[in-house]
Order: sequence, then structure tokens, then C-alpha cells
Amino acid sequence: MSRTVPSATPSRPLPKSSGRPNQLFRNLNSKIALTPMILVAAVVFFGGTIWTVIYSFTNSRLLPRASFVGFDQYERLWASSRWIISIQNLLVYGILSLIFSLVVGFVLAALMDQKIRFESAFRTIFLYPFALSFIVTGLVWQWILNPEFGVQGIVRSLGWTSFTFDPLYNPDIVIYGILIAGLWQGTGLVMCLMLAGLRGIDEDIWKAARVDGIPMWRTYIFVVIPMMRPVFITTLVLIGSGIVKLYDLVVAQTSGGPGNASEVPAKYVYDYMFQAQNLGQGFAASTMMLLTVAIIIIPWAYLEFGGKKRG
Amino acid sequence: MANVSTLNATGAAIDAVRTEIAAGPRGKKPKKVLSGRNVMIYGILGLAALYYLLPLYVMVVTSLKGMPEVRLGNIFSPPMEITFEPWVKAWAEACTGLNCDGLSRGFWNSVRILVPSVIVSIAVASVSGYALANWRFKGSELFFSVLIIGAFIPYQVMIYPLVIILREIGIYGSLTGLVIVHTIFGMPILTLLFRNYFAGLPEELFKAARIDGAGFWQIYGRIMLPMSLPIFVVAIIIQVTGIWNDFLFGVVFTRPDTYPMTVQLNNIVNSVQGVKEYNVNMAATLLTGAVPLIVYFVSGRLFVRGIAAGAVKG
Repeated sequence: MSRTVPSATPSRPLPKSSGRPNQLFRNLNSKIALTPMILVAAVVFFGGTIWTVIYSFTNSRLLPRASFVGFDQYERLWASSRWIISIQNLLVYGILSLIFSLVVGFVLAALMDQKIRFESAFRTIFLYPFALSFIVTGLVWQWILNPEFGVQGIVRSLGWTSFTFDPLYNPDIVIYGILIAGLWQGTGLVMCLMLAGLRGIDEDIWKAARVDGIPMWRTYIFVVIPMMRPVFITTLVLIGSGIVKLYDLVVAQTSGGPGNASEVPAKYVYDYMFQAQNLGQGFAASTMMLLTVAIIIIPWAYLEFGGKKRG
Repeated sequence: MANVSTLNATGAAIDAVRTEIAAGPRGKKPKKVLSGRNVMIYGILGLAALYYLLPLYVMVVTSLKGMPEVRLGNIFSPPMEITFEPWVKAWAEACTGLNCDGLSRGFWNSVRILVPSVIVSIAVASVSGYALANWRFKGSELFFSVLIIGAFIPYQVMIYPLVIILREIGIYGSLTGLVIVHTIFGMPILTLLFRNYFAGLPEELFKAARIDGAGFWQIYGRIMLPMSLPIFVVAIIIQVTGIWNDFLFGVVFTRPDTYPMTVQLNNIVNSVQGVKEYNVNMAATLLTGAVPLIVYFVSGRLFVRGIAAGAVKG
């Protein structure tokens, strides 16, 4: 057992001739215990990412080969109509799901915060989809949006025979069909985060606003929402990094169809890596995904951790 | 005399009122229940609740109908004749490719993946979190930062190098391989969770144990573990739902005979061959969703706490 005293300031300089054990053996057990984490962080997360980025500049096909071709893979990627569609879909899905889940999540949370009855029942209902997998979500909504038996069929059987609502079979609006399912799955989480944020607002703020005769909606917009900025930013980052990973939902609900109208980048990566045996394309596409996440994360991390030192 | 009796009566009445007041208000608040504000609040919440409940209802209803009734139309109508045949068929007979032994195979695969993954990942992460919180050394924070950044890197970027590593070790495609993958990708969030929890425990406990001569593992086993049951439950909830619901790792790191339930479910429902049996599909979907749903409904408040823990930042 290592008997050195753990110090809160690990980098404290040690007197040279103190006769204490070598710096390397300080907290040896701790280092042994952290070996798996260090290996994972260094080899898989750091090493793996670098490896993929490097090999995205090669013309690897069935197996990774280190013959470099510069930006060829990227040129091919951006010339591919399937990739362009994927990016467009991700943009539409991303922007709309950000707006809707933030607005709906906040409105639901604000309503839940009015000291209502059955609050926990409502919360249970709003949050349960989040426990389900995207595969289950996708398959349920595939069934509900089935044009023959689902919503469209029912409205038609009620007498409105020209009613059309078949998002999963119409290339122009298929992404909205996926959006409906995605929102169903994820808004509960946003609601929960927002509710926690609202509960963190000081009661006195509300009292002060009431004394000043400010209507409730104005208090929300001009006082409460600005105060909840950290909650909004965290939620934004969470939803944002989730959107980029969008994959299972599309696979289950449409398999990318009709045609390739609902393709997304993550599916492009998987298909090129493991089905089309065109590794180079897969690496290039996944590097683009990494870049997208970096664009979301870095400003946030800078804002969050840049100014103050955290321990 | 009469006076005394009336006095007594009033006294009793006053006492009764007093006890009533002491017991606090009874029944509803004397507010207008049907104020416009309440109607709006409950109306909107009720409508939203309906939207959220609808898919679950449709799943249950469809899975209890026979195929002729499903073809008749309305997915929202309750079943005229309740049949459990779709459930039996989904569990034991549904086909994926050449296998026709139903979802049960996927279910048991998922269980075999889930149990070791949850145990290993939580064991590794709790020890790491403990070391990071109480036994810092030069560079430990750096590796922790890399780990947390790793949580945001899209899996697609790291998947192929991992395939190569597992292939070199010779466990690519096996359940062991998948367990390792789940342990790796569960580490950032779980380590963060445990680190924050352990860091929040009173430091005096740790110092007292040090003075009494306890070492790294002793403090972990005798002091930290017994004190951190709630956080272990939260971690179990996160991992059980996360691993059970995983699709990407299942499809990349396993072979058809070791596919987890989600992958098999997708193959059953989205297979192009044969007649579509919607009722069997919905029964299969419900069966796959059952495990996380049960976890959710049983754990209740802790589930929310788990999500919040997943959402909080460093």
C-alpha cells in the first residue's frame, strides 16, 4: 500500500533530498486503478480519432492502406449527391428539432411549474419515451404513419378521402416524419432539464415581479429565461451532439428511404465502412462529423471552462 | 342550569372547530377550479400527454389484434377479440433470415451482453472516479479531460480503429468484444458521475481513514462503497437502459447469431421478405421496449436523477 499522503495540489514541488519515494510511485495504487481509464482515453479516444483522421487521407478500400491521396476522399464526398442530401437532412432535422424541443420543452416545464396537481404523473408520461430505444421509437412511428392503416387511413375513412399525410413515403417531407418521432422521444428530457432550471430560480424573483405588476409572460421572457442561460446552453449542447449522432432512428423508420431521401451522415459512414467496403469514404465522412461536433463543442467548452479554473 | 348546558354545547362546538383548524384545511382549495388559467394549463398538458401516450397505446392495441382485424383499418380502435398469438409468435417464431426462433434469441443475447457490461463498466468507472476524486496525481486531471472530451466524439470516428484492435486481440464479433466496447464508451459519463459523487463526500472521512492507516482499496471497499449505494443505483439505471437500447455497437461488433435484441428486432420488422405481420411486429417492439420501460417505471425519481447526472457538466 502506498502511504504517501494524497495532496490536493499534485504538482507541489518536492525538496530533492527529502528521501521521499520517486514521483513515479506516488499514489501508485491510484495509478494502477486508473490504468484502464488512461488506456481508454489515450488509445481509443485520442489514438483512434487521430488514426481515423489520418486514414481519411488515404485511398483505403476493403482494408486500411497507408497510401495517401491528399483531399481526394473529401472531394469525392462533397461531390456525392447522397452526402449532400445527408447534410441537408441533418440541417433541417437539427435546426427544427432544436427549436421545437427547446420551445415545447420550456413551455411544458413552465406549465408544470404552476404548482399543478398530478405533476409526477405528467412527468412520467412525458419522459417515458426517453427510456425507449430509437429502434423502438422508429418502428412505432413507422406504424402510426403507415399510409394505409395509420393516421392517413383513419382520416380518409372518416370521409375526407383526399387527405394525404404519408411522410415516410414522400421524399420531400420524409425528414419531418423522422422529426415527429425524434421529438416524441427527446422532448421529455428537455422538459426535465428546463423544469430543474425553473426550480432553481429564486422565489423572490417571482415575488418582486408580482409586486412590480409585471405580467407573468413578461417575467418569463425578460427575467427568467435570461437567468436560465446555463441550463439552455447545456441543453443546447446535449441536443446538438445527439443530433449529429442521429442514426438508429432513421435505420428503423425508413432505412434511409424512399430512395435516399432520408439519409443522414452517420448512416453514410456506416454504409461505406461496413457495407460498401470503401473505408476511405467512411473515414472522410466521419471526420466531417467530428468537425461538426467540434464546431458545437469548442465554443461551449471555451465559455464554460475557459474563464475560470475548475477543480 | 340551562345556561351551563348551552355553554357546554358552545364549548364543544368551539373545540371541534379548533381541532379542525389545527388539522389544517381540508379538501380542495376554495379556488375556482374552472378558472380560465387552469383550463388552459390542464388542457395543454392533457393534449401533450395524449400525444406522448398515443404510440404506447397503439403498440399495445395492435399487438393484441389478429391480422384480419388489423387489415380492417383503424389502428386506434381497441381490439374486438383479444389474442396473445402475436406475442407468442414474436417471442418464439418470428424469422430473421434463415433463423425462425423469434426474438427470444435476441433477448438472451442482450441479457448476456447486458449483465457483464453493466458489472464491468460500473466496477471500472467507480474505481476510476474514486481515484480521480481522492488520489489525484500529476496528469490525472489531463486524462480525465481527454476522457470527457471523448464522450462528445461521434462513435463513428472511433469505431473502425476499435474493430482493428479487437480483431488483433481475436475477440471481434464475440460477446466479450461487445462487453469491452460498452465498458469503454460507458466510461466517460460513469467516471464523471462517480468522481463528482465521491468528491462531494466529506473529506474528513477520507482523512480519518488515512490516519488510521487504511490504504487505497481499503478505503474504497470499507468507506466509499457502503456510502455510495444511491449513485450505484443511478449508474445501473443509466447503463441498463443505455446498453439495452444500443443499436450501433450491436450491429458493428457482433455477428448474426450474437445480435442483441434491438438489432434483431429491426431485422424482423424491416425484412423485405414475406407478408408483413403488423401485430407481430408491434408485439416484438413492445417486448424489446419492455426492459427499459420496466426499469423506468420501477426506478421513477432515480431515473430522472440519472438523466440529470448525465446532463450536468464537469
